[in-house]
Formats: sequence, structure tokens, C-alpha cells
Amino acid sequence: MTPKFAARFPRAWLWWQRAWRFRSAGLGFSLAYGLIFALSAALFLSLLWWHTNGLLERQVEQAVDADARSLAEHWMQDGLPGLIRTIQDRLDLDVEDEALYLLVGPNGKILAGNMPAWPTRVKRIDRYYSQTILRAGTRATSEVHAYVFPGGFRLLVGRDVRGRDLLRRLLTDTFLWAWLMVTALAIGGAWVVRGIFRRILGSIARTTAAIARGDMRERMPIVGNEVDLVAHTVNDMLDRIARLMDGVKQVSNAIAHDLRTPITRARTGLEDASLHAKTTEEMHAAIDRAVADLDHVTAVFEALMRIAQIEAGARRAAFEMCDLTKPLHDMAELYEATAEERGIHLAADLPDHLAFYGDARLIQQGVANLLDNAIKFAPSDTMITLKASTEDSQVRISVSDQGPGMSDEDLSRASERFFRADAARNTPGAGLGLSLVQAVAQLHSGRLLLESRHPGLRAALLLPVTQGKKSITQASSDAHPVES
Amino acid sequence: MRILLVEDDPTVRSFIVKGLRETGHVVEEADNGKDGLFLAVSENFDIVILDRMLPGGIDGLRILETLRAQNNAMPVLLLSALADVDERVAGLKAGGDDYMTKPFAFSELLARVEALARRGSAEQAPQTRLVVADLEMDLLSRTVKRGNEKIDLQPREFRLLEFLMRHAGQVVTRTMLLERVWDYHFDPQTNVIDVHVSRLRQKVDKPFDTALIHTIRNAGYILRAE
Repeated sequence: MTPKFAARFPRAWLWWQRAWRFRSAGLGFSLAYGLIFALSAALFLSLLWWHTNGLLERQVEQAVDADARSLAEHWMQDGLPGLIRTIQDRLDLDVEDEALYLLVGPNGKILAGNMPAWPTRVKRIDRYYSQTILRAGTRATSEVHAYVFPGGFRLLVGRDVRGRDLLRRLLTDTFLWAWLMVTALAIGGAWVVRGIFRRILGSIARTTAAIARGDMRERMPIVGNEVDLVAHTVNDMLDRIARLMDGVKQVSNAIAHDLRTPITRARTGLEDASLHAKTTEEMHAAIDRAVADLDHVTAVFEALMRIAQIEAGARRAAFEMCDLTKPLHDMAELYEATAEERGIHLAADLPDHLAFYGDARLIQQGVANLLDNAIKFAPSDTMITLKASTEDSQVRISVSDQGPGMSDEDLSRASERFFRADAARNTPGAGLGLSLVQAVAQLHSGRLLLESRHPGLRAALLLPVTQGKKSITQASSDAHPVES
Repeated sequence: MRILLVEDDPTVRSFIVKGLRETGHVVEEADNGKDGLFLAVSENFDIVILDRMLPGGIDGLRILETLRAQNNAMPVLLLSALADVDERVAGLKAGGDDYMTKPFAFSELLARVEALARRGSAEQAPQTRLVVADLEMDLLSRTVKRGNEKIDLQPREFRLLEFLMRHAGQVVTRTMLLERVWDYHFDPQTNVIDVHVSRLRQKVDKPFDTALIHTIRNAGYILRAE
């Protein structure tokens, strides 16, 4: 249909297409709403109209039928004179002046009744005729039915239906007005719906526009209806973007500070050696120091890159079902020697089996960082515990030590990049370890919990096992096709 | 050893070339992918050191793939600034024998080059016994003896010693140990490897007159009889 229209009115078609493209979803939505509302109202009212009308009509017909039947009985009992008398009686008794009768003889002579003549249209006896009549000088509509008696007598029984017509007209008018009102209400409602729609979209648009302008603090309001579903998702997304942006900012700050410092040191050392070194030994020593500084820069840089990479979620491709027990055991074994050397006892409390969906190597690295921290800060003759368990479909891996712990203020900032508690200023490291653990946890939709234990600190990785459930079932159903 | 170096940065190239020549190797160099590929396919080298990102339209991976497609089994060490795990995997999958990331220490590079070059001869025949001086390792019964004394080792210590013995006479760096013995590809901040090696020394060297495991400053360790 549309192509034909397009072929016939190309310009109009073009205009329509352009107009349609700019039509707002809200307007379309509310228009559809109004249209459906008006249509259903029209349908409903017409049905009502037809029904009432039919009822009225049937009522008249039933009355006429009953009348005719009783007249026929009179005919049977009293013959023609009885019938004529009854008709007369009825006409006399008809106060409302509604009944119509006409009895004619075989030769067409009128014997009784209040109609001037037999209407020429009325020929059959099996249907009702709508007949316009003149009564007391005014036109009126009537419903008449013809009956035939033996001997060629014909009887016409009818009702003046002026009243019914009046009622019908009233009904029609009322319904028409009602429909108009409903349509008006529908349009009004559509307008309101459009307004609501606009407001919902408007808040999304405003928020995202503010973000686009660079105001990262703007969030969608939570109003308590279904829109919150979108609002929550958008807000989560914005939180994540904000975190990534913060990360970028922190990294640039860190590059400014933590990377420039060793670079400056290396540079100063080399320049100093170049200007002032007297012996080859001095020169070598300066160069070695500079190399060490640059190695430190590289290490920090690599850690940053790694965190950024993990945070961006690129490593998720390497996720698979795995058993974490062995990797964690290996980790404990790797660090046990270091711990022992410092007089710290490292105990591993691991279950036999620890099913997990994710990247075991990253978890290992995260745990390595936690163990590293614990060993770095714990005093000798204390105990470090690496514990893992599955509870409430969460894998919980914790490393607890009996070291000095951290103040509450430090705890909340511990996983920020380059954050170093004052007590830790003099230990080696760049303050990136927990950031990496945090990034690993986040990549696995988990959390890093740091709690003070007085004495000591417990760092726990809480990782949901369930996020991979779908793929597990998928994989297992792939591996074992259901046999029928 | 004849070594081919394909590297576009002149500073890095001359640094490596100088270092390798000092340690007695013969080095051919190429500064772009095309020349590198030409040299690699036309001549025989004991080892190829290959940069990944190269000018000339042919990058390191392409050279490597071409070599492997010609059934050329020359050991190839990839040397790249691309340090992602995925990049490493890509490099090793393309047929690389080892992967090093920039920046690097020359000692590390040298250790890896020597380990790679010797690997071909050492690992061809399946060995059941490793012997260095009076230290003996039976790979079947998993026992270690020095002189006439039996040494009890933990499984991981056994693997550590096995790796050192397989590369006897070569420098083995901490990173190499971490990668090959523990299969970890990240840098632990503390001296975990040193501690494990010193534990091993306690068992292998301490009770005896001569030490076999030596520390090479700024590089790693070496197991040798002297």
C-alpha cells in the first residue's frame, strides 16, 4: 500500500518519512494510546446502542404479536362482530393513543380500526412494516403487522413508535456525546502519558548530557518505579566510568609523582657520575643505581598496566571452570619459604576441592600480593593463615596475619592506587598490590574485604561462584547430550 | 653460536650485539622485517632473537610464522614491548620458543639465549639420569644422591634442582625459574625464588665441601662443578 502511495505522491511520502523520523517515541506512544482508547470506546458504545435498540424493537413486536393473538381468540369465540367490538373497545381503552388497528373485509371495505386506509406496501404477513402515518395532523412512525383471517378478512395491528424513536434519538445523542468526551479524555490522557514519557527520558537525557559535559557526579534519581531499573543500570555504568576515569586520573598523578621520582633519581645519579665520578668503580656504582631505579619504574609501570588491563575486563576471555585448591596450595608453598626465613609461620587451610569459574592465574596473583603484604608487615614469631572455603555460593579466600594491622581510615583507602599507609612508607613497594587484588576481585564480580583483627589484618576475597553457572550447565550439557 | 638479531631500534640493537659478541657469539643483524626474514630463511642460525613490531611491512610474528610454515625449527626468542599475557600466548602459539618483554636486563637475555640454544641438544633424547660432578639425579625413581649420600627433597625442590641440572653450566635467572619451575608469569615483589634456592643449597651444598649452586650477581644462578 505504501509503495503505491509513495509512487503516486513522492513528495508527500518524503515529507511523511521525514516527519516520522522526528516523531518522538512519547508522541507515538500516546497517539497509539489515544487511538486505541477512542476506538474501543466507539466499539463499546455502538454495541450498547445496537443492543438497546434491538430490545426496544423486540418489545414492540412482542406487544403487537400478543395483541393479534388475543384478537384471533376473540374471532374464534365471537366471530366477526366480536372482533370488531373488541377492536373498538381496545381503541377506546388506549389512553396513550399508541395502538393501531385496521380490519378490512374481503372486498377491501374497512370494518373497524383507526387507520384511514390499508397501506399499499403491506402485502405479506410474515414481517413487520415500518409505516409513516398521519395521526392527529402529525406524521408518526409506526410498526405494523398484517394477519389474515378465514373468509378473506385481513387485520392490521400496529404500534405508534414515536416514543421509541424519541428514545433512540436520545440514546444516539447521548452515546455520541459520551464518545466525544471519551475521545477528548483519551487525547488528554495521551498528552499526560507523553509528558510522563518525556520526563522519564528527560531525566536520562539530562543525566547523560551532564556526564557528557564532564560532570561525573550527576546520577539518575531513584523514584521508586520501573524506571529505576534503567536508572540503576545507568548509575552503575556511570559509577564504573567514574571509577575508570578516577583510575586514569590517579595514574597520571602517580606517573607525575611515583614514576618521576625514580626517574629523577636515576637521571641525577647519572649526571652526577658523568660530571664528578673519579674512578670507574664510582661510575659503575652510579650506573647500577640508575638501572635499579629504572627497573623500579618498569615494575610500577607494568603493575599499572596490568591493573588497567584487568579493570577494563579484557582478561575475562580466559575464564574457565577450575579447581582453586592446587593453585592456592602452590602459592602457599611458594611463599612458605620466604615466611619461614623471616620466622613467620604460614599455614594453609584449604578444602580438598574448590570449584570456581574464573581466571585461576589472576586469583593466584591476587593471593600472591596478599601473602606478600602479610609477610612484609607481620613481625616474626607470628602466624599467617591462608584460608579458603565455599559458603553461600561464594568462594572466600582470606589471608590473615598478626601484624600491626591498619587504622580504619587507612583501611578505606588501602586499595587506592599508590596509597601507602604511613607505617608502610619505609617498606619496599609502590602501593599497587591491593589495587591489583581489588581489580582481580572486581573482574570476577567479587569484593575485597579488609578487616582489622586486633592484632593483625584480614584480607578476604569474596568471589561469587555462580556467575559461571550458566556456562557450566551449558558446557556439561554439550559434553553429555541428553539421551532419550 | 651464530645468532640472528632482528630489531629496529638502533640503541637496543647495538647494545645486544655488543653484549653477545663480548660473550663470544657471532651475531648477524637486521633492522627491518624484510631483511630479517631473508636472512632467517636463507642462512642457518643457532638462534633467532626477534622483535615483534618491525618496520618494513613484515612484523616479527609474520617472520616466525613463515619460518615455521617452512618446517624451520630454529629456536626463536621473541623480544617485544608487548607484555600482555594474551600477546605472550600469541607469540608462543605462533611458534616462539621463549618470550621476553622490554625493558630487559642483558643478563636475562643472555641466560635465555643460552638456555634455548642448548635445549635442542640436551632435550632430544629422553633422559633418565642427570649428573653434575658428584651430584646425581635419577628421574625415574626420583631420587637425588651426592657422593654416596642420599638427599631428601620436597617435590618442588626436586623440580628446581632438576631444572638447574638440565641447564648445568648456564646462567638461570629468577624469572626463568619462576616461569619454568612454578609456571608463574608475574613478578613477585619479594625474593621468593632466592629463598627457595637458598633452601635447596642447604640440602645440596651445605653438608659437602664444594658448592655446586652459585649465585651470579645481577643475573641469577648457575649450577656447575668447580
